[in-house]
Amino acid sequence: MIKSLKILKHQGKQYIPDVVNANVPGIFRGRPIITSAKVDEQALCETCPTKAILPAPVRIDLGRCVFCGECAAQFPEKIQFTRDFKIASNRRESLIIAEGEDHPVNFDDKAVRKEIRQLFKHSLKLRQVSAGGDNSAELELNAANNVNFDMSRFGIEFVASPRHADGIVITGPISQNMSEALQLCYEATPEPKIIILAGVDAISGGIFEDSPAIDRSFIEHYSIDLYVPGNPPHPLTFINGLLKLLGRK
Amino acid sequence: MNKYFLKIKNNQAVPVPSIPVYDYEVFYSYCYGLLQNKKRYHCVNYFGYRIESDITLIMVIADDGEQCLYVAASRIPNNTRLKSFAGSLSAMEKFEREIHEQFGIEFTDHPWLKPVRHSSSSLNSYVFFSSDSEELHEVGVGPIHAGIIEPGHFRFICNGEQILSLEIQLGYQHRGIESLMVNKNNILQRTLLAENIAGDTTVGHTTAFANLWESLEGYNTPYDLHFCRTLAQEIERIAMHTADLSALCADVAYQLGNAVFGRLRTPIINFFQEWSGNRFAKGLIRPGKVLYPFSDTLAQRLLKVLDDFETDFVEMGEQLFSLPSALSRFEKTGTLDSNTALRCGFVGMVARTCNLSRDIRHSHPYNLYGKTLSHEPIMLNSGDVFARAFLRYKEVIQSIEYLRILVNYLPNKFTKQSSLSGMASKNTLVVSLVEGWRGEICHCAITDHQGKVIVYKIKDPSFHNWKALELAVRNNEISDFPICNKSFNLSYCGHDL
Ligand code: SF4
Repeated sequence: MIKSLKILKHQGKQYIPDVVNANVPGIFRGRPIITSAKVDEQALCETCPTKAILPAPVRIDLGRCVFCGECAAQFPEKIQFTRDFKIASNRRESLIIAEGEDHPVNFDDKAVRKEIRQLFKHSLKLRQVSAGGDNSAELELNAANNVNFDMSRFGIEFVASPRHADGIVITGPISQNMSEALQLCYEATPEPKIIILAGVDAISGGIFEDSPAIDRSFIEHYSIDLYVPGNPPHPLTFINGLLKLLGRK
Repeated sequence: MNKYFLKIKNNQAVPVPSIPVYDYEVFYSYCYGLLQNKKRYHCVNYFGYRIESDITLIMVIADDGEQCLYVAASRIPNNTRLKSFAGSLSAMEKFEREIHEQFGIEFTDHPWLKPVRHSSSSLNSYVFFSSDSEELHEVGVGPIHAGIIEPGHFRFICNGEQILSLEIQLGYQHRGIESLMVNKNNILQRTLLAENIAGDTTVGHTTAFANLWESLEGYNTPYDLHFCRTLAQEIERIAMHTADLSALCADVAYQLGNAVFGRLRTPIINFFQEWSGNRFAKGLIRPGKVLYPFSDTLAQRLLKVLDDFETDFVEMGEQLFSLPSALSRFEKTGTLDSNTALRCGFVGMVARTCNLSRDIRHSHPYNLYGKTLSHEPIMLNSGDVFARAFLRYKEVIQSIEYLRILVNYLPNKFTKQSSLSGMASKNTLVVSLVEGWRGEICHCAITDHQGKVIVYKIKDPSFHNWKALELAVRNNEISDFPICNKSFNLSYCGHDL
């Protein structure tokens, strides 16, 4: 018992008190800045493995970006990644960052369905569905609940059954073999319910976009409440995205 | 017998025409001749590829004594029936199931040609193994599980609380990576595919790919790239082993261990972020270059992170492994014996907990293993949950030592621009083996007469070790299934590809 208390004491304080204004350590590829420097735009666009860079004017689509860092390494005068991890949005278009922009990713409060903030603001239960996810996004969603990030302090938790959930969080490009299970899970979740896409694979299919083994029809059928970019999304990106959606920050 | 094979080393590029091709019966007897000596030889890959209407089978057998690989081939017409290796060598059963699934080849005495990953058939119509007994009942779990984990289906047949049989059906995560590896013809896209095979083994799989690709282009890998890959592999091992210890504590309701090991993983993966901008080291391993050099400042940072980590890790570990309430759940739960491990061809950590030495860092060294680091595998013999937990603990401490050695050998320059062309050598085979934190990773590539990749085979250690979970839970209480499962922590996506 005394030994356990000692161990407990040695841990000190591990939680991040302010998840909104926290700093992530070291280098981090968060929201990019695209300068007005003149570069060979075609070469720049071709550098990108997932066609996330669009030309004239140069834009980066965070819903397609796998944050590989290649563009910033090859064209450092044109593209720099900042440590701004608050890159989630409720609108797909807001994930596109244009040349010369240096402001937080837009979040459209008006577009949030009323019932989301009325019903879920202080208690949101989520069911996670991995549909071809590579286990990195899944590990980060788990981490969102660990002692460091402690997401449950906001009343946001993952639950075991869709029947207890207020929405689903999808990771992975949606493999054909998971499409039916995903559909059943969504249908088993009571109304009203939300859908969150976590990670580039879920948002656009990422590097798997043109694989015949995936089936993205689910995404086309429903409206999405929150897009959380990243490869995988950082726990702070996920938590801040949810706080925005719930109108808490 | 081995004179009938082409002898190669890990990561050695060889011309495809130098691989001896035999009629299937001869091929069978030569391969069987080696494989029956299970201690010394094991099959690291056995796969097929189609050229016109014929199928070429390639067998790669590792000789752990000689530190080399033996390769042979056989060409067979479509729709043939073949004598199965699995009829007498259990370790071969999954390779043949995969060949059956991909090419429709029937293996006459194979025990069960069950689909591996349902790449072309529907998973929903699959009929599980079942029993007609009125005394037994079945329990189905998945594909979606209670926690935030990947999908797979577990079907138990139980006698009361006791598990008689477990059948695991995978394939839900299938993303078609092997065909994408062939179809994408850009190095960066292929690298990203390798990074996404299993995100928890980003470094392991990407290293296997990068080592392979450099050999395929005939590129002489510079020291700094070997250095970064070796360092990153040991960091990944520490991070994932620590995460697993946390999960094991959670499953025996030991809150303190769960929280402490859980938070200890954070500084390790945050170090990856400091180095490479990503907590899983995505972006770090690239063929022919490294975008994020390992500076002296980072070396000092790493030593500091490790010092702080080690004190708390050892304190927590000593407490956990002397706690009767935890030990009574770990010991003699989910036990495998070393004969089973040998017979079924288990690899990596699972083999090493059954006193079976399987560790590529030792047996087929690559990168800085066998040079700067002379690795001796840690072996345990009880084959139970305890062994799988304790091995992780000991391997973490070993990896910390390795990292401390490595930082004394910092490269003085880094290759920031790649000189690779993206064009592979023509008609070439390369086999790349890596010891990931779970175990043996094997990537194989073959190019045609124009240097185009025509086959890319990926094997995660989970390919073999899922079977270990099925066998380990027999006769255990079903309530011990979660802890057995965690103690293996196998990859769904790495298996399904
Ligand atoms: S960091 Fe994003 S935008 Fe840049 S090359 Fe990689 S995927 Fe494309």
